[in-house]
Amino acid sequence: MDPVLIVQVALVVVVFQALLLSAAGMVWAERKVSARLQQRFGPTLTGPAGLLQPFADVFKLFFKEELKPKAADSVLFYLAPIISATTAFLAFCVVPFGPPTTLFGLLDRPVMLTVADVNVAVLVIFAVASMGVYGIVLAGWSSNNKYSLLGGLRASAQMISYELSYGMALAAVLVLGNSLSLVELVNAQSGYWFGFIPKWFVFLQPVGFFIFMTAGVAETNRAPFDFPEAEQELVAGYHTEYSSMSFALFFLAEYVNMVTVSAVATNLYLGGWHGPVLPPWLGILWWFAKLSALLFFYLWLRWTLPRYRYDTLMQFGWKFLLPLSVLNLLATAAGVLYFGI
Amino acid sequence: MGFETIGFYVLGALAVAASLGVIGQRNPIYSVMLLIGSFGALAGLYILLDSPFTAVTQIIVYAGAIMVLFLFVVMLLNVPREDAAEWDRSHPLNRPGARRLGAALAVFLVLELGWAVWHISTREAVAFKDISSGGISSVAALGRSIFTDYAFQFEATSILILAAMVGAVVLARKEQE
Repeated sequence: MDPVLIVQVALVVVVFQALLLSAAGMVWAERKVSARLQQRFGPTLTGPAGLLQPFADVFKLFFKEELKPKAADSVLFYLAPIISATTAFLAFCVVPFGPPTTLFGLLDRPVMLTVADVNVAVLVIFAVASMGVYGIVLAGWSSNNKYSLLGGLRASAQMISYELSYGMALAAVLVLGNSLSLVELVNAQSGYWFGFIPKWFVFLQPVGFFIFMTAGVAETNRAPFDFPEAEQELVAGYHTEYSSMSFALFFLAEYVNMVTVSAVATNLYLGGWHGPVLPPWLGILWWFAKLSALLFFYLWLRWTLPRYRYDTLMQFGWKFLLPLSVLNLLATAAGVLYFGI
Repeated sequence: MGFETIGFYVLGALAVAASLGVIGQRNPIYSVMLLIGSFGALAGLYILLDSPFTAVTQIIVYAGAIMVLFLFVVMLLNVPREDAAEWDRSHPLNRPGARRLGAALAVFLVLELGWAVWHISTREAVAFKDISSGGISSVAALGRSIFTDYAFQFEATSILILAAMVGAVVLARKEQE
């Protein structure tokens, strides 16, 4: 068998497992960071520094009873968490996470460190993200619970509103990089200005990066934009009626989505695996460092800012973020025409 | 049979079955979900036609943006079942005139479909200029041909959509007291 094919298959398994593990890691990090920000210690008993806490959580969820309200729609009620988790994992399969490698000369031709190197990767991520909202909306509707329904309605309204700014911010990067392939976009960010400033798009697109991260937080329903599950108002929002592994799937989807948005931001704005000091073949370390920094930013944000009000969320999305992203796209296009980057 | 032929029949059957399901059952939420399935099968057909860009746009625009709005409205109205309009004799669509018009339109549609299928099966394939040479998968080639050769059609479609949007706003607007 072709060794490259074996590596490709191995890559699929590794990425899937790594995403599962990253969700566990994020749960642990979330607990630790929130604890530190509130002058607590967080989990300390399960394993060293509480590292086994997420696994204890998963085992607890495994052994819980799977409940379904009598009046719930039986097909959609079980389909909704599956849609959520599937789309979360699907989006990551077009994200590259390192330079092409031959695994230290083991292979006769280099393999790209991504599950699928699609030439419209950016649009694929956008399409899969827009499918992910169905999981939440259907969960809200099929539970036959007014709090769930409100959570689902909020999710769809929020995602429609912020998807526009998200797409506009992406479009500005596509204009700069003149490509739809994530690999080509990352490679457009190699090299330095004046010999020391790395050519990352974040320096050309500071406003775009701000819009992308803000809309990204809204797309993943994280605080301060966690309206679909706002616990003080909606019990637990769209997953009020879910228990056991169905709930775990929603939980998993939220963390995997966070990792995906951060990974895309790393590739689009922070130069992916390109960085100073380290040799190019160690670029994957740069990639993980940038990803971790963005993920920490997510946690930091959640435990620092209070939730918006629903009307301020909509006003912010439509009256500030969207006009700003349109202006950003126009300015970028004009700049590319004028300077011919 | 090659992979593409099998793929075409499987996806085509899925699209037709899902579309029939949309009009075949009464729960509007299921109709919306089946329509999304139909759009997904269409996107698969586009991929088989070697145009991933069109496929992804199909998913983003139709299955993603438009159907979320549909689902939003259906959930907001929260109708478990559609109105049984055909049993309601007083419904305006059940007047004899409306029924005859509907029957005539149905006959016309079947004739049109038959003509289209016969026409396509007999004529030579027409190669679109520009697109066929560069490959439709190239986004740059697609954009260039939309804004040069097909600029008029593109702008006309935009105006049509804008008119529909203005119409919807006018219809939905409450009269100022």
